[in-house]
Amino acid sequence: MTQLMNENGIRCDGRRIDQIRNVSIKVGVLKNADGSAYIEFGKNKILAGVFGPRDVHPKHMADQDSGILRCRYHMSPFSVTERKNPAPSRREIEISKVIKEALQSAVILKDFPRTVVDVFIEILQADGGSRCAALDAASVALVDAGIPMRDMVSACAAGKVADKIVLDVNDEEDKEGQADMPVAYMPNLGKITLMQLDGILTPDEYKKCLETAIGGCKQVYEIQKKALMEKYFKNGEA
Amino acid sequence: MTSSVIIEQLKREKILELLSQGKRIDGRELHDQRSLSIETGVIPKANGSARVKLGDTEVVTGVKIQPDKPFPDLGDKGILICTAEILPLADPKAEPGPPGEEVIELARVVDRGIRETEMLDLKQLVLIKDKSVIGIFVDSSVLNTDGNLFDACSYAAVAAILSCTVPKYEIKDDAPVLVEGVTSKPPIKTTPVSVTMARIGDHIIVDPTADEEACMNARITITTNSDGNICALQKGGSDGFTIEQLIKCSEIALSVGTKIRKQLEQLM
Repeated sequence: MTQLMNENGIRCDGRRIDQIRNVSIKVGVLKNADGSAYIEFGKNKILAGVFGPRDVHPKHMADQDSGILRCRYHMSPFSVTERKNPAPSRREIEISKVIKEALQSAVILKDFPRTVVDVFIEILQADGGSRCAALDAASVALVDAGIPMRDMVSACAAGKVADKIVLDVNDEEDKEGQADMPVAYMPNLGKITLMQLDGILTPDEYKKCLETAIGGCKQVYEIQKKALMEKYFKNGEA
Repeated sequence: MTSSVIIEQLKREKILELLSQGKRIDGRELHDQRSLSIETGVIPKANGSARVKLGDTEVVTGVKIQPDKPFPDLGDKGILICTAEILPLADPKAEPGPPGEEVIELARVVDRGIRETEMLDLKQLVLIKDKSVIGIFVDSSVLNTDGNLFDACSYAAVAAILSCTVPKYEIKDDAPVLVEGVTSKPPIKTTPVSVTMARIGDHIIVDPTADEEACMNARITITTNSDGNICALQKGGSDGFTIEQLIKCSEIALSVGTKIRKQLEQLM
């Protein structure tokens, strides 16, 4: 087993316990999509494309009173160490569902009845925390597509590694660590829209983990905003 | 169950109106569960089984235990797999066929609760390291739906595991052979208890019925272990929670969970 943290509290990838991995986001990377974003979050490399509002197929899914949101989280077969079967796994279907629900409270689709907004997420290379990184890219892609939103959704995980609460759990820490808690947060509305946990936490650790993850979400939010400014206001129009 | 759309709409309006006075449509307190009945040993051909009724939600779980190959990277551990399905006879909207995202989520949340609390000591289920282990398969079937399938399936799965007996296998010529008539108790380390709550407006209610789920803004399932720790969690639904609400939910999950744990542990 790899040593997850040294005696100085430095983690296996050289980070402090309260430090997120390097994050870079690029907006508008797909020509055919209505909105898109590419994120690198540590070793994660993820593309998100948004299409719509557009006609719903199959038609029976349409809502007469509102637009609907659909989401597909998919991992490329070459994104992980062992080749992944390209067919959607149960894990991917569950993650697609929780990401969709995390974005649903942000988007305002009532003005687009009988339409759908499709969010397609492709994990080109996976590291730990791909659902959070995917959600960060999807959220920026929705803004890029001009979908009305109440707030942006920013996501980051926290966890318990070597008995300490740490921010932004990486792949090794996820596999060998004691707990992983992905969280998505709307920073201006103060609402948590995605939250999962596996691993054992005391009630105090639970609170600390939640607060730590939200701190990470706030950092990601600034990076998301900067990426959008980069595309839309790069000539200093802001 | 009523199928009239208008009656359902009226019922939902009533639920919201009552909640604004701090009351629930079936007279429960906000943090009360419905009555829970657990019957074990209902399927004698299974190694363990339970039928659970949580209000009108009904689930049957069977445990089958048989030798299997370990997962490639987990050669020193037995196999534990929990599944869940909603039978087509459980609900007029349920259909046969491959599971939808809601059923997949249900199965994975039930599995996560039992796995992450480390309910079973899987290291005690190894016959030959890296080659042969005992597999415990916990399959839950929903027989009737009235909301909160998460907790009903979870209690049925936990009850079936607590009451199961593990057959004995011996290794002969590198292959596991059943030793007739010898069984042991499963290697239980803790009793996981999940508590599902719904947020409707600013109210957090425990164990929502199907009608309450139709009005809810968001849902959360928190699983705790016997030591009072939080071990698994899943948020659902199309809206969110504040931090204060999430901390309150964890406290409710611990206090409500203690009562349910007592009821489950009587089965051992």
